[in-house]
Amino acid sequence: MTATSSEARGEVLDRIRQALAASGTQRVAVPREYPKVGRWVPGAPDTIELLVDRLVDYKAVVHRVAGDAAVAATIAASLGAAGESAAVVVPTGLNAGWVAAIRTAGFEVLTDSRTAPVGLSRLDTAVAVVTAAQVAIADTGTIVLDGSDDQGRRAITLVPDHHICVVRADQVVGTVPEGVALLTADRPQTWISGPSATSDIELSRVEGVHGPRRLEVIVVG
Amino acid sequence: MTTFLGVPLHRKPAPELSHPDPLRGSESFPRAARHELANTQLRANLAHATATIRAKRAQVVAEVPEWEALRDAGSAIKADVMVRLPELLAQLEDSVTARGGVVHWARDADEANRIVTELVQATGEKEVIKVKSMATQEIGLNEALEDAGIAALETDLAELIVQLGHDKPSHILVPAIHRNRAEIREIFLREMADAPADLTDEPRVLAMAARAHLRRKFLQSKVAISGANFAIADTGTLAVVESEGNGRMCLTLPETLITVMGIEKLLPTWQDLEVFMQLLPRSSTGERMNPYTSMWTGVTPGDGPQQFHLVLLDNGRTRALADEVGRAALHCIRCSACLNVCPVYERTGGHAYGSVYPGPIGAVLTPQLTGTTGHGDPNASLPYASTLCGACYEVCPVKIDIPSLLVMLRARMVDEDRSRRIPDGWSAAMKAASWVMSDAGRFAAAEKLTGVGRLVAGKKGRISSLPFPASKWTAARDLPAPPAETFRTWWARERGDQL
Repeated sequence: MTATSSEARGEVLDRIRQALAASGTQRVAVPREYPKVGRWVPGAPDTIELLVDRLVDYKAVVHRVAGDAAVAATIAASLGAAGESAAVVVPTGLNAGWVAAIRTAGFEVLTDSRTAPVGLSRLDTAVAVVTAAQVAIADTGTIVLDGSDDQGRRAITLVPDHHICVVRADQVVGTVPEGVALLTADRPQTWISGPSATSDIELSRVEGVHGPRRLEVIVVG
Repeated sequence: MTTFLGVPLHRKPAPELSHPDPLRGSESFPRAARHELANTQLRANLAHATATIRAKRAQVVAEVPEWEALRDAGSAIKADVMVRLPELLAQLEDSVTARGGVVHWARDADEANRIVTELVQATGEKEVIKVKSMATQEIGLNEALEDAGIAALETDLAELIVQLGHDKPSHILVPAIHRNRAEIREIFLREMADAPADLTDEPRVLAMAARAHLRRKFLQSKVAISGANFAIADTGTLAVVESEGNGRMCLTLPETLITVMGIEKLLPTWQDLEVFMQLLPRSSTGERMNPYTSMWTGVTPGDGPQQFHLVLLDNGRTRALADEVGRAALHCIRCSACLNVCPVYERTGGHAYGSVYPGPIGAVLTPQLTGTTGHGDPNASLPYASTLCGACYEVCPVKIDIPSLLVMLRARMVDEDRSRRIPDGWSAAMKAASWVMSDAGRFAAAEKLTGVGRLVAGKKGRISSLPFPASKWTAARDLPAPPAETFRTWWARERGDQL
């Protein structure tokens, strides 16, 4: 820390202490009377139902499937027909069967990791990205990615225009407090609720601005 | 026509600055409001936009039966944060530093601007991309960077509209709320070199033009500057809540990230996010959850910016903290719900407040951050920019009692004036009223005079014009005719025996 910075630090902290001496130092007890858990347990059919309802409301496309084989088929169907030299990005830890399905569908697979990242300009040419998720929150229609090996670096789910995200039923919790409890600050997180949107022009919502304009969620189980 | 609010009018012009002061306008609220109210396009735009967002908010808040319990928790967490600020800031500094970030402290806007400018200069870059941030608006960072030869590109759609239009933001959340689609199309065609020639005023088409315009910048920029919605003291995590993905672009793709944050934005623990991630989106954009929230803790090797700087900003916050009014205003999480429900804001718009913090919370926060220098200071007129209807308090997610705070600020100004030797018209009238009303005989005599009022009012039953000094009232609003009978004569007639 430079001399100026340490001087500024000291002065700001001194000012805070003086201010508090003037306006009060009484601690405040925090009432937490709000419900921590949802009406249904994580992964229950009603919890999934609610998540799907919320996702669809915010213009995400949702598929419900049973089993990994069905996931692979749904990913392939969502990607559609592969154009010439079309590439799909996957994080290094994605289910091998799903990756195989992407190849079989005719796409080049770009495998990304923190140690071997796909370059930004290459990422920009990819038609889609396929990842898993860490937690989904039904109440708010939110999917949380935390950079685990099957979710990857933050850039890969941001630059391609089409994000296919696979969520296991047992990852779906009811409420925000349940979701927060399952997450850890150690990892960079992206909370995603529908595709990107703006309401900056006359408050009318336009879906799809800078992030992926298409968000497809595959709920398994 | 002036609307007399009992506000002393602006007498001293503000000192000339090279850039406009982001926290102080050049004229008092009533004067500025006059210009703004004359703009019918502005009023139509605002009425449409605020009505839309009010309805959205009401709907998603009604979905949460435990909303009041969340507000109670949010309010208490913020109040406790204020008490623990020194300890929590030190904790935040330690956790950010432990994770590879660098923490800087800035006493005021100039110091913060200097720190950020030097950090950008150290990278050798001449252009930076920005995430919408009230803290950097408040310190005039873009102008300071411009003076140092660094171009700061706003990437939020509304901020971009304001920047391209050489305009000022007029809302905390939707800075271009005063512009309609046709105006935005014109600004894009005029200022955006790569705008398509066949651009229409369809919001989707306009948004796609902005996407194309910013795409290359996102992929090439080496330095980004952001604010923060929350900072978690015990983990060192910062959170930015957004919609468009421009925030994710800025927070993820560049090599260097500089975040400027007011010292009051802290939350003690990770768990506290469970309260604020429910309160903020529903109050702010009227969504159950905003499309994107980014959370990062220092530097993550191989993922996102590898250089991270956090600038902790005072800039008047400790001044506000020392005062019970200012301290309560520091709980604000900048959701802007109070702006959207305010009947005054809805009509005047944000520019009339002269500060980057407009609306009800701005009317409290702005004078508390800057201090005021007496009647001539435009910020001294802000506590009067309210009808005290209380709608702002009802919607505030952290339960800031804005109407009471405004009344306290007004009372202070009246108290300061008591010491003045020569009373102004307002206090002279109050003194006269007090003399009349403190004596039953004098009051009864005065009541007899109301008969004159009935004559003046005539058949229409309203008094529209009176000679000076009463003209100060009637120039702004009609006075209803006094009733035929006073309450005291009615009581004497009907219930006199009960006394």
